[in-house]
Amino acid sequence: MASVETSRLGGLRNGGSALSGIITPVNVVLVACAVGLLVGSLRSALFAQLTIQGLALGSVYGSLALALVLVYRATRIVNFAQGELAMLTTYIAWQLVQWGLSYWEAFFATLAIGFLLGTVLEVTLIRPVLHRSTIAAVIVTVGLFILIDGVVNWVWGGGFKFMPQPFGTTIYRVGGVSISRLYPGMFVVMLISVVLVWALFRFTKLGLGMRAAAVSPAQSALVGVRVDRMLAIGWGLAALLGAVAGLMAEPSQFILQPTLMQPILVYAFAAAALGGLESPGGAVVGGLVIGVGLNLVVQYVPAISSELQLPVAFAVILAVLLLKPEGLFGHREVRRV
Amino acid sequence: MTRRRFTLVSLVAVAAVLCVLPFVLSDYNVALVAQVGIFFIAVLGLNILTGYTGQISIGHGAFMAIGGYTTAVLSRDHHTNLVVTMVAAFAICFVVGVLLGLPALRLSGVYLALATFAFAVSVPQLPLEWSTFLGGRDGVQTSQTVSNTWLYGAAWAASAILFVLAWLILRGRLGRAFRAVRDSEIAAVASGVELPVYKTLAFGISAAYAGVAGSLFVLATNGFAEPSEFGILLSLEILIGAAVAGLGSLWGILAGAVFVGLLPNVSSSVPVIGTAHGQDVVFGAAVIVVMLLFPAGFAGLIARLRRPADA
Repeated sequence: MASVETSRLGGLRNGGSALSGIITPVNVVLVACAVGLLVGSLRSALFAQLTIQGLALGSVYGSLALALVLVYRATRIVNFAQGELAMLTTYIAWQLVQWGLSYWEAFFATLAIGFLLGTVLEVTLIRPVLHRSTIAAVIVTVGLFILIDGVVNWVWGGGFKFMPQPFGTTIYRVGGVSISRLYPGMFVVMLISVVLVWALFRFTKLGLGMRAAAVSPAQSALVGVRVDRMLAIGWGLAALLGAVAGLMAEPSQFILQPTLMQPILVYAFAAAALGGLESPGGAVVGGLVIGVGLNLVVQYVPAISSELQLPVAFAVILAVLLLKPEGLFGHREVRRV
Repeated sequence: MTRRRFTLVSLVAVAAVLCVLPFVLSDYNVALVAQVGIFFIAVLGLNILTGYTGQISIGHGAFMAIGGYTTAVLSRDHHTNLVVTMVAAFAICFVVGVLLGLPALRLSGVYLALATFAFAVSVPQLPLEWSTFLGGRDGVQTSQTVSNTWLYGAAWAASAILFVLAWLILRGRLGRAFRAVRDSEIAAVASGVELPVYKTLAFGISAAYAGVAGSLFVLATNGFAEPSEFGILLSLEILIGAAVAGLGSLWGILAGAVFVGLLPNVSSSVPVIGTAHGQDVVFGAAVIVVMLLFPAGFAGLIARLRRPADA
């Protein structure tokens, strides 16, 4: 079971410390696990391969989780349609490629479309219900989940679609390990987008406004922040990140189909719950932990078949939530009565 | 007093219509209305949890799965009377609900929603792992099947019994405690309400209702229980039903049950979009429109109609 523990909590270095940057027991454990992963990777080629693959998948989970966190911070709801939105934008990218754009042209066009889609949805469907009932707003996202699923099946059909490989088909061989260029490629693209989003929040006036609007809407409105606009941009950014996640998830599954993001949404939920819904850094770390953890557990723990992957992942997450209900990086809410 | 008489008259009216329907409708439509009854029970159960304690569950499809498998396995292995298996489903789901309610005590709001979502996704995986006992991907078949009329009678009789039971539970001390927890946990604790007891109890009762619904749900699919019937969509449908219903109104719960029980079937024959996916498009769009127009659900609409001056 030692490998389970190591793997579940590994991977701090990849974005976590940059985003949260506090020395806490959680962080120390994470660094220790990252070291454990590194040692394991140096000793075993299979272990290294699984770790790299896990990091790549984990970065997809992490960025979808980050999208969920952005939406949660902006509007206090969980967007159940986040995964389906990402799936929809991936289909749009496929369509653009069919119309003759190159992969990377389609990639950036899709990001713009995703951003637009996110803001429009917030303004037209979420905002009108949000101030009246939070539950109603959540149900709207559930409706959106079903609607998008239906629309994609209607427009593009449920059959498999194929997209060009974004990173070619090169396979690296390093010390007996063969790694498809896809996985480092996925990881780097996800890392760049997460860092860009973080930089936007950290260094720009827009980002400051968005953080202020999320923390205390009333006060920030008083000092001139356009809170409504900030919330819409938050949704747009979330959809944009989701679009990147969808586009990077597609080559890892080799086919495009309407159920593309459904399992990934589940892992993203797990990542967000693990990292704390308030914490963008936590979401990314949570995603990496789950990606690497699941990959290693299924390989090395005989009792856990791939059928039990989900139940076990969630048993562990439930346990984490019971010990630390606010997630690894969340803050306990203290209320005055 | 007029309010009470109105409620009584409407109850009798609903009961009368339900008694007449099986003699008027075709066999297929009887099955459809039976399905509404099944959703009525599940939505009623979720309404007790969300409406009276403020806890959100996206995991009620999982309780339906547990109830459904209880019926299927008991019938397969012991040829148990189907009504008895429903009682067993009620009891087992109550226990599981209480067990899930215990960790749920520490989680609030959105974390509880995520945890129950996880539960909903995880439970249908279990039959795949324990395939000798629970049939794996092939499912479990009950030893006897029922006619649509039997199903109709069982579903609405169970609905009536469980509705009266809910009324008895909620009108007294327990209901007051639940409402206190919903309105302010801190104030409830300060007034001597034992939060852990009442919250887990609410979870258990709510889960037990879903269990009975699941039991009937399996009988409605020719006594066949398989993992794919109990996907996440089922949990979401119950949640949608509860949201469309709104809080604490019989008419609301009926409307919610009709919405999720009938609409997908009715809309599967939309002319333009085609049969296969018209269902999802229409259902999804309808959910969004209803929530935009009536954020407090059907119950909120009724409340607004009763007091037009406030609206």
